[in-house]
Amino acid sequence: MNAIASPLLETPTAWKLPYRGKVGMACLIAAESAIFTIFVVAYLFYAGKSLTGPTPREVLETPIFYTICLLSSSLTIHFASKLLERGRRGGFLVLWFLTIILGCLFLYGTGQEWHRLIYDLGLTISTNVFGTTYYSLVGLHAFHVTAGLILLTIVLFFGLADRVGPEQSARVGVLSLYWHFVDGVWVVVFTVVYVLGR
Amino acid sequence: MKATGHKTNWGRLAGPVIGILLLLVQVFFAVCLCSAETSPGIPSIFKPESTPADSIYSLSLLVLAIAGFIFAFVAGLLIYSISKFRRSANDTSEPPQVYGSSQIELAWTVIPVLIVLVLFVATARVIHAIQDAPKPAGAVDVTVIGHQFWWELRYPELGIVTANELHVPVSDPAHPTPTFLKLLSADTDHSFWVPRLAGKTDLIPNRVNYMWIDPHDVGVYVGQCAQYCGIQHAKMLLRVYVDSRDQFDKWVRDEKQSVVTDEATEEGRRIFETTACINCHSISGTVANGRLGPDLTHLMSRDTIASGAAPNTPENLKAWIRDPDSVKPGSLMPGMKLNEHDLDMLTAYLQTLR
Amino acid sequence: MASETIALNIVAPGSRGISDRLHDWAITVDHKRLGILYILYALLFLVIGGVEATIMRVQLITAHNHFVSPEVFNRMFTMHGTTMIFFVAMPLMFGFGNYLIPLMIGARDMAFPRLNAFSFWLTAFGGFLLYFSFIGGSGLYGAGNAPDVGWFAYAPLTARAFSVGHSTDFWTLALLVSGFGSIGTAINFIATILCMRCPGMTLGKMPLFTWMNLVMAALVILAISPLTAAQMMLSIDRYLGGHFFDTQTGGSATLWMHFFWIFGHPEVYVLVIPAFAFASEIIPVFSRKPIFGYPVMVAATICIAFIGMSVWAHHMFTIGMTSYTNSFFVLTTMAIAVPTGIKIFNWLGTMWGGKIQFKTAMLFCIGFLFQFLIAGLTGVMMSVAPFDWQLGNSYFVVAHFHYVIVGGILFCLFGAFYYWFPKMIGTKLNETLGKLHFWLFAIGFHLTFDSMHVPGLLGMPRRIYTYEPGRGWEIWNLIETIGVFIQGIATLVFIVNLVLSYFNGPRAGNDPWDGWTLEWSVSSPPPPYNFTSIPTVASRRPLWDLKHPEDPDSLYE
Repeated sequence: MNAIASPLLETPTAWKLPYRGKVGMACLIAAESAIFTIFVVAYLFYAGKSLTGPTPREVLETPIFYTICLLSSSLTIHFASKLLERGRRGGFLVLWFLTIILGCLFLYGTGQEWHRLIYDLGLTISTNVFGTTYYSLVGLHAFHVTAGLILLTIVLFFGLADRVGPEQSARVGVLSLYWHFVDGVWVVVFTVVYVLGR
Repeated sequence: MKATGHKTNWGRLAGPVIGILLLLVQVFFAVCLCSAETSPGIPSIFKPESTPADSIYSLSLLVLAIAGFIFAFVAGLLIYSISKFRRSANDTSEPPQVYGSSQIELAWTVIPVLIVLVLFVATARVIHAIQDAPKPAGAVDVTVIGHQFWWELRYPELGIVTANELHVPVSDPAHPTPTFLKLLSADTDHSFWVPRLAGKTDLIPNRVNYMWIDPHDVGVYVGQCAQYCGIQHAKMLLRVYVDSRDQFDKWVRDEKQSVVTDEATEEGRRIFETTACINCHSISGTVANGRLGPDLTHLMSRDTIASGAAPNTPENLKAWIRDPDSVKPGSLMPGMKLNEHDLDMLTAYLQTLR
Repeated sequence: MASETIALNIVAPGSRGISDRLHDWAITVDHKRLGILYILYALLFLVIGGVEATIMRVQLITAHNHFVSPEVFNRMFTMHGTTMIFFVAMPLMFGFGNYLIPLMIGARDMAFPRLNAFSFWLTAFGGFLLYFSFIGGSGLYGAGNAPDVGWFAYAPLTARAFSVGHSTDFWTLALLVSGFGSIGTAINFIATILCMRCPGMTLGKMPLFTWMNLVMAALVILAISPLTAAQMMLSIDRYLGGHFFDTQTGGSATLWMHFFWIFGHPEVYVLVIPAFAFASEIIPVFSRKPIFGYPVMVAATICIAFIGMSVWAHHMFTIGMTSYTNSFFVLTTMAIAVPTGIKIFNWLGTMWGGKIQFKTAMLFCIGFLFQFLIAGLTGVMMSVAPFDWQLGNSYFVVAHFHYVIVGGILFCLFGAFYYWFPKMIGTKLNETLGKLHFWLFAIGFHLTFDSMHVPGLLGMPRRIYTYEPGRGWEIWNLIETIGVFIQGIATLVFIVNLVLSYFNGPRAGNDPWDGWTLEWSVSSPPPPYNFTSIPTVASRRPLWDLKHPEDPDSLYE
């Protein structure tokens, strides 16, 4: 069977549909947002309802520096993508690497905070409801950061092997969208845990 | 394009035949329902005996009428269209291609919206009337605590503790004496459902729920747990005894009485108090103080044992104690591994707990 | 027309061994093969789920029966519900969607073929994991370790304290895994539909089937995720000592209910909207008229999806929410009846004035219309919260949702089989066997599920392995059980039809039903690349335009 040509219309003008990588990533982000929303709802629902144990006010320290690190990494990845589109591979690699460093710093900060909470202050996931909701929410986010960092590192290796050029900028853009999502989630988590929840 | 062919004759009859069959089926069900309702032991929601159940029943008549009318109308249209608009044999032409009609579509949007509004208002009123009903002065308070797989019943103001069989006074609409139930749970979710008296309300751990009943007629009303709570959810039965005022007052007096020690069953009492029975059960006036199982102080005032799983007879009592799994497999009461003599003595003692 | 040559690696038939052919199927990323894999997988579990249902119904045939123990019965209803929803209905919908969407939009495959395959295998593995529970743990006696907490696994029954052993974990993990598969498929559907339509096929010109699968996929993304989150929380409770649903330390049992039903209610729309999609393709073709009111059908579907995200607590009317909260959910639930009713009217409007052919596919769709009407009405009855206080968690509810899922969704699915089997396989299903299947199944269905409303009205709760005599329930349970056996026989007839027609059915040709959408423009079965060259379309019914060049749809849209 050949093409079904309508008797009335010739080839339609510029048939342009969205890039499927972006659409797919947008859907993934929507799904992940729904998952995070449920954890946020649980956190807010249980705020102040622990029967025992340390409260947020007693033990939480606002991680300003590490938040700045993570949010800056959104900037660096944004500019890295722009550079790649223009063919500036060197600049892309530098900023991409910087993104990874900033992300790792954030994870280090989270690890440090958790170490303090667990060993110095005795707050674990099973201590009380606050512990459960805190570690779950922040942990879920940290997991997504880790997954993102792994993906970013893979791209870095490809980039260092000179396999990433402007032709890949659409795909790199998809990954960068994911990274922006991870940062956006942190804005929400930060607000809920360190601002509202105390 | 082939025509429908040799099955046309069946098809022609199908519409009217289906229609009549279905009509007969619905009539059959309605008749069965009505006859089922008349027997008192049947917990039909269409035989309400208490105001919440009454309100629900009246509302349900409105809802059923609306639903019935919609069903008749739409099903009628469907049956009509499959009868009238069938393709005849050998007709290969296409019918007029109609893409829609704004007026018709508007009509069949607006009318359902209006029906929804009517239904909603009627419903909201009943919700409010039942849930937000104020508690009058003569009300009896009962705290119901759901367990796996029995009901703990406490009358805080009367100082009574019993299990599984709820006694309440009949309520005269002129001077109402409803019973207000506070619903708690000691373990998993349960649900208190006695259809002829009220809709069900759940018993949820770490949460307090309330419901009320004001039965108009003396009698026994049956129900059971209506939220899956584990292996013996099916046998967590309920019996509500609606007593006349005098009967209820007598029942209260009897429940408040302490246990009378009887020399004849001394051995049975000793067995009870030295075996693990006292870990779970209470008998007021003795050392037995357990809260994990039903209070046995007035065990013999109840018609059934094991939350309705068996009638309260000496044989059943013995079988239950010997091997609970034979009566209610999976219930949380352990088999006590008593020999037959001890079992006899123990049962005889329990028979004195009137 | 096309100037490129496509090198077709055509191997002589019969020259590839069976292991090679199986290997091809195992590694396939072709949407058509994955679609068929989904469907075959689901048919297997349909039979298994049916056996579980039969076991339950035999146990309930009389009061105080001893056919199975309470342990086994409780595992049966848990597995039956979980299987039918996650490993029958959803895979069937994904299977048909996978097969048909690229064909209907003039594409060569889905947007992400490897993700497609991955999603299928995740779903499949989830099902096998769930069923491994029967033999894991203590073995077959007492049905092993299969979960027995009900398909909605209410807390705190699922806590370590009340669900000893690993049965609940099988439930949680199996659904977590298959949930990821579902989300993957949904991403694929959306990306394919939005990004790979052929030239000329604007969103307003694509078949309703595609629209409805788009809406369904969006719902999957928004609805499965809460379940995933809740199951993660449950696992944290069970394994890491968490307290999300631990009522002894301040946790909330109702929080689980909210999370579950925020998934659970949109889930039923995930199941029913593709059924609507089947009806919206089959009814027009066998009435010989276009769908009545295409734009409103799209709008109504989107409305249903939106409103459907706001009705969840009508599953929780009995938990003691305030009268205001209850009234809110009454209103939203009643509201959703409006767009749903509109669709029924639109289907009726399609048949009205048409020239109806009573092929088996159409019979099933007519059955769907009738039964979905009743199911919708019983749903509206239960949206009246006080009525639900009586009937919730009773056999009336069980009757209602089986009316929707079996009487509505499964009937449409059967219709879809009869309609698209010729396209997928190349031969037609036998019409006589098909009609036998339809009538037998309809009779069995009505025997079982019409009767089932009555015990609910007479006070019979659900999930009970036995019941007391003398409450008026016995006769209805007996009738229901008889109906189940009739449905079983009907399903056997169907399977026989499938097998016989696969081997011996009459050739179907490209377009056995004189259809109008693009899938009927290619051979049956289609070549791996679907279209020799990507078509260009000008209306919602491109083949109608081709067959009626004097009166194309594009003049009227």
